[in-house]
Amino acid sequence: MIRVILPPHLRTLAHVGAEVTLDVAGAVTPRSVLDALEARYPMLRGTIRDHVTGKRRPMLRFFACEEDLSHEPPDTPLPDAVASGAEPFWIVGAIAGG
Amino acid sequence: MSGVRVLVGTRKGAFVLTADGKRQRWDVSGPHFGGWEIYHMKGSPVDPKRIYASQTSGWFGQIIQRSDDGGKTWHQPGTPPGEPTTGPGGMPKAESNKFVYDTSPETGKPLTTHQWYDGTQHPWEFKRVWHLEPSLSDPDLVYAGVEDAAMFRTTDGGKNWHELSGLRGHGTGPQWSPGAGGMGLHTILIDPTNPKRIYVAISAAGAFRTDDSGKTWKPINRGLHSQYIPNPNAEVGHCVHRIAMHRARPHVLFMQKHWDVLRTDDAGESWREVSGNLPTDFGFVVDVHAHEPDTIYVVPIKSDGEHYVSDGKLRVYRSRTGGNEWEPLTKGLPQENCYVNVLRDAMAIDSLDKCGVYFGTTGGQVYASADAGESWAPIVRDLPAVLSVEVQTLP
Repeated sequence: MIRVILPPHLRTLAHVGAEVTLDVAGAVTPRSVLDALEARYPMLRGTIRDHVTGKRRPMLRFFACEEDLSHEPPDTPLPDAVASGAEPFWIVGAIAGG
Repeated sequence: MSGVRVLVGTRKGAFVLTADGKRQRWDVSGPHFGGWEIYHMKGSPVDPKRIYASQTSGWFGQIIQRSDDGGKTWHQPGTPPGEPTTGPGGMPKAESNKFVYDTSPETGKPLTTHQWYDGTQHPWEFKRVWHLEPSLSDPDLVYAGVEDAAMFRTTDGGKNWHELSGLRGHGTGPQWSPGAGGMGLHTILIDPTNPKRIYVAISAAGAFRTDDSGKTWKPINRGLHSQYIPNPNAEVGHCVHRIAMHRARPHVLFMQKHWDVLRTDDAGESWREVSGNLPTDFGFVVDVHAHEPDTIYVVPIKSDGEHYVSDGKLRVYRSRTGGNEWEPLTKGLPQENCYVNVLRDAMAIDSLDKCGVYFGTTGGQVYASADAGESWAPIVRDLPAVLSVEVQTLP
């Protein structure tokens, strides 16, 4: 079971709390986790990754185990602690004002 | 008893303001979608409980929201949670926030670039939905004007959106360029006597018309004069801020351009300036009285670097002669120390017997007049900056 922490606005869109849990088949990577997240919560498609390019939206970041994984290739395996469910995968809105 | 529902989009959420036909006591609901930019909300003319909203964010992109109960509850009209996101054959199912430009070999291949600020060509990039225009006859059919400028349409209540690529593809697209606010398609007017005829306006490209439901388009900018572009009388490249129509006379349009207020009496084939005695011919909004096709409203804004009202006075100007002769309407509006703007989609007109006029400001006030502009009162004073105002006249 993979744990994912969503930023507040996405919790509102998906009608969930801060943390959701997902079953991820195969390798646990940012791509497979986000695929599973969007399959469960279709309204989140396009809000984290661009519809056309599939790339992370510029003002979002990915963290796990206190590391910024935002620039890792999307098929890079996530830490074992995320794969085991001990630690969550964080989707964080960039701290940017205005 | 009849009433009105005013739909207000702001920088930080949506608000729904309701009143009976007297329009004196208001109920304020919101913020809906707090923290998100609500560029526009509009209700279906044939099903007033059906309302569409454009919800956007620099973080999370575009969301389309839909209400089927007059704005009390909202949902994203795409695939419901828990349903598979792909259908038979692996085809993606409905995604209500997916606005992807047509790149098909048949219709989309040439639609690749527009003019960038430095004069070079730049690819089209979707940013947000500026304006939603529901059909006059079908609550599931809605047009969307987007940035970078293009027109999309849904025929299933917002579940799926497809580009009407004939607009970008009619030939002048490579000459369109963004204004300071971006390159947005911000105005969509449907001819009530001929729904195949639609007018749109784009900053900074100009006005365009289709007579075949969006398959083919033509620029309708003859008579526009923009001294700040290389060819002041160019076919496209004009910064049109807004156009407006009276439903009883759909071939007559009024335009607030970056500078100049203009009108056409021949469906856009030719325009003439009617700025007349306005204190400044710069502004964003223009709208038409519900029952008097030659009574029009603008809010002059001090151009070009300030973008707030002149002399600290918030004044709506009304012409009862279809332009040229204008009178200031000030009763109930601040006449000192006021420095707000009124953005292009932030004025609306109801259709009660005594016509109501509404507008919102970048200072967060929404003003209403229940007597066609003779007097005004704020409905609310302290909302986030207002991006759009629409009104529904309810039975």
